[in-house]
Amino acid sequence: MKTESKLQKLLDSGHFAVTAEIGPPKHASAEGIRHHAQMMKDYVDATNITDNQTAIVRLSSIAAGVHVLDCGIEPIVQMTCRDRNRIAMQSDLLGAYSLGMRNVLCLSGDHQKFGNHPTAKNVYDIDSMQLIYYLRRMRDEKLFFSGEEIKEHEPRFFIGAVANPFADPFEFRVARLEKKVEAGAQFIQTQCIFDMERFERFMEMVRERGIHERVHILAGVTPMKSWRAAKYIQNNVSGMIVPDELVERLKNAEDPKREGVEICIEQIKYIKENIKGVHGVHIMAIAWEEVVPEIVERSGLYPRPKVE
Amino acid sequence: MIIAQQKPVKDIAAMISDCKKVLLVGCAGCVTVCLAGGEKETEVLASSLRIMRKMEDNPLETVTYTATRQCDPEYVAALDNLTRDVDAIVSLACGVGVQYLAERFTDKWVVPALDTKFIGGSTVHGNWEEKCGLCGECILHRTGGICPIIRCSKSILNGPCGGSQYGKCEISKDVDCAWQLIYDRMKALGKLDKLMEFQPPKDWSKSRDGGPRKAVREDVMID
Repeated sequence: MKTESKLQKLLDSGHFAVTAEIGPPKHASAEGIRHHAQMMKDYVDATNITDNQTAIVRLSSIAAGVHVLDCGIEPIVQMTCRDRNRIAMQSDLLGAYSLGMRNVLCLSGDHQKFGNHPTAKNVYDIDSMQLIYYLRRMRDEKLFFSGEEIKEHEPRFFIGAVANPFADPFEFRVARLEKKVEAGAQFIQTQCIFDMERFERFMEMVRERGIHERVHILAGVTPMKSWRAAKYIQNNVSGMIVPDELVERLKNAEDPKREGVEICIEQIKYIKENIKGVHGVHIMAIAWEEVVPEIVERSGLYPRPKVE
Repeated sequence: MIIAQQKPVKDIAAMISDCKKVLLVGCAGCVTVCLAGGEKETEVLASSLRIMRKMEDNPLETVTYTATRQCDPEYVAALDNLTRDVDAIVSLACGVGVQYLAERFTDKWVVPALDTKFIGGSTVHGNWEEKCGLCGECILHRTGGICPIIRCSKSILNGPCGGSQYGKCEISKDVDCAWQLIYDRMKALGKLDKLMEFQPPKDWSKSRDGGPRKAVREDVMID
């Protein structure tokens, strides 16, 4: 189903897409968001704006989207199921569309235990699969989640979802991805890839089922700033795999930050050249947005194609 | 106690439609008291299922047993000999019992015959009401012994909201406003000043929001 999303036009016309992530601040100024957006403007096709990531209160994804759009980049609004029930979700989605947002990424969201409000209630009225399904139905069948008709001006989003090849049970991850595609997901952004071998096995299973022909898969990459950061993720973040070699390489590097960038560029080039069925990359430079233009340029992905 | 109600027999029958022989397990705990899954209900359900299947010309063999408690591995183990040749186990316990059976009998299809509703008590015979929200940190000393977490439709801690009228909740004339009840009781006890204390947001991490909960008492552990 066609939407007004430029990201969709780009992906549908066969380009290798580049998206990046902007994390909104823990305050009420958009200065940083605008700075990052202006900096990335010519280097990415769209930017995700995280929705209170790791359950830490931040400036809202939709509000940040307005700033990003204003700076000339297409935003991908992220919507987690943790903080809103189905009423708030739909209301925010209608609002987001009215403000010019055309892409939504649907995800469960990290448990509030990890954030700065660990005693909060969580909502999970709707799960990510259901959100995808109902968003598609809003657009294609003009129905609210309840089934009530949307008489006019239904929101027509390009619908994204996430997949984590590094979570368990591994074999079921591909099936669940397919379930998301069946529900209505049109593009997929994966969890940060550090274990390339596992990602390749994942993509092999994706291709066996022909899923890559029905959805645009963007491989998630993250440049690491230090071996400690890598070690931390390796030991403490559920659903992520960081191989020892990567930690060692950062540990032995003279300039670990440079090394982190080098590794990320190598990964992008490798994915683009060698892994069939991947239609783009999603760069998650966590609290390090400045490095995105260099990564894009040196990965041979600059300049970005223009679509109207 | 846990209040449960039996699912429609046709729904239970559908869960075991491909089975020839099933074991129905009642529970002598809460669900016996609330007349949903005790010995009597287990026998009645077994015969209903047999009759239904006989009428479909597809007879069903049933075995029945009522465990002392299904929420205790010791009593679940007593079923070992009964499960061997059955195609499925139908549990008439609350959700806890169903899961204990599924954990013990890993190669069996275990299905629930009841819907587990809430924890509460009975007012008159045949009428049960919800009284506790299992929030993990009791505040009844602050609210006159009336739980706003589960009895207020919005779980408001500094109520009542603007929808309270004539002692009833805005959602239905059949639902008492918990905060009207709290107010009346605190007033009668001469403790209205307590209701003027600002109640901060609750720590929901102690409730289901913090993930599955455990209670540990090392002093009573045997090993």
